[in-house]
Amino acid sequence: MSDPLFAVHGLSCVRGDRTLFAGLSLTVDAGEAVHVRGPNGLGKTTLLRALCGLSRPIRGEIRWRGERISDLAEDFTAEVAYVGHLNGIQGELTAAENLRLASRVFTRAGHAGQGEDEALARVGLRAQADRPARHLSQGQKRRLALARLLVLRRPLWVLDEPFTALDVASVTSLSSLIGEHMATGGLALVVSHQAFDLPGIRDFELARYCRTRR
Amino acid sequence: MTGGVLGAMRAVFVRELLVFWRRSTEIMAGLVFFLIVTTLFPLAIGPERRELMLVAPGVLWVAALLATTLSLNHLFASDYQDGSLEQLLMSPYPLSAMVLAKIAAHWVLTGLPLALLSPLLAIQMALPTKAIGTLVGSLLMGTPTLTLIGAIPAALTLGVRGGGVLVSLLVLPLYTPVLIFGAEAVAASAGQGFASVAHLSLLGAFLALALSFAPWASSAALRVSLD
Repeated sequence: MSDPLFAVHGLSCVRGDRTLFAGLSLTVDAGEAVHVRGPNGLGKTTLLRALCGLSRPIRGEIRWRGERISDLAEDFTAEVAYVGHLNGIQGELTAAENLRLASRVFTRAGHAGQGEDEALARVGLRAQADRPARHLSQGQKRRLALARLLVLRRPLWVLDEPFTALDVASVTSLSSLIGEHMATGGLALVVSHQAFDLPGIRDFELARYCRTRR
Repeated sequence: MTGGVLGAMRAVFVRELLVFWRRSTEIMAGLVFFLIVTTLFPLAIGPERRELMLVAPGVLWVAALLATTLSLNHLFASDYQDGSLEQLLMSPYPLSAMVLAKIAAHWVLTGLPLALLSPLLAIQMALPTKAIGTLVGSLLMGTPTLTLIGAIPAALTLGVRGGGVLVSLLVLPLYTPVLIFGAEAVAASAGQGFASVAHLSLLGAFLALALSFAPWASSAALRVSLD
């Protein structure tokens, strides 16, 4: 049996002086998606940030294609797309400019995903392409952040509450984005309190790794 | 591979220029400050040419330094708030290269206009015409050094309340050598001291030094701030 694409072993994270979770293990393989669940304040965001290399866990190791992500450095981030609580959209630029420049800054040669027009159409922002992003509504900004996933074409998606501020119809249409990503062999780690329907997504209860419940 | 890094750096540079340009009131703040300070001095000291000439190099350089410090807060703050900085950390290229491109764009819109505007203000400060070339030259080498060094505390204090004051406090001691040699170079070519070449070469050395370590140090600081 070959190693799973993404493997986490014995992970512990601390916030301030409080241990959020300890001894966490998780494996995700190509075409799999994991829904990390748990009540507020459990450390879901911290977990996701640690998994994509933004924050450093105090113990444990995270391996991508069998190698430690701290050793891979940029070779790992080149394969991860992260959508956090903040959209990462610059209000001064138009929706299309945001995507075009993101794809230039963040893709290595030969790894470009969809064009910005196609991606904007997919998330239903075609009409807003030339509007400054600061004039978009919260939900539209969120959709723009998700459109970045399509432009970048990275195998591992790390999504922190991707559906906040989205209307019910958009949640359905955009959760199918994750399904399409899985179908093409992509991996996804999702945290969401909003209900969404995605066949084949695996639940992961974070609470199992938290020793003390507050 | 290297072509990729340069392409990404260029994209960051273009993006920063676009963003800063559309947010022009912020980038103008430093320039306007520089203008106001150097205009107020002749009014306060009096129109006596000899006295003005004596303080001109110092005043022009101090004003340029403070204007640069003022604009430092805009270097990372808004990107930090909207999450673009977080995304920049997920870049497939070395973060220090991306940070260097960002600093370069910031300097082009803050330091460069300041250096280009300085001859006009130098005349107002009664600086001898022969020293104007040195003034522009020293500012062209000095202001990028200031922005590069300032990027480190600007990155370190992200998310800290009252970070702006902290940046000034942290950065001013580091700025003093640049200020001393910059003002000294101008004074020298105005005929008040040694030849200005020595001071200018030292400024060049400071710039080279800052270029080599500041992008690396500020990207490390960014990683700490965003952890």
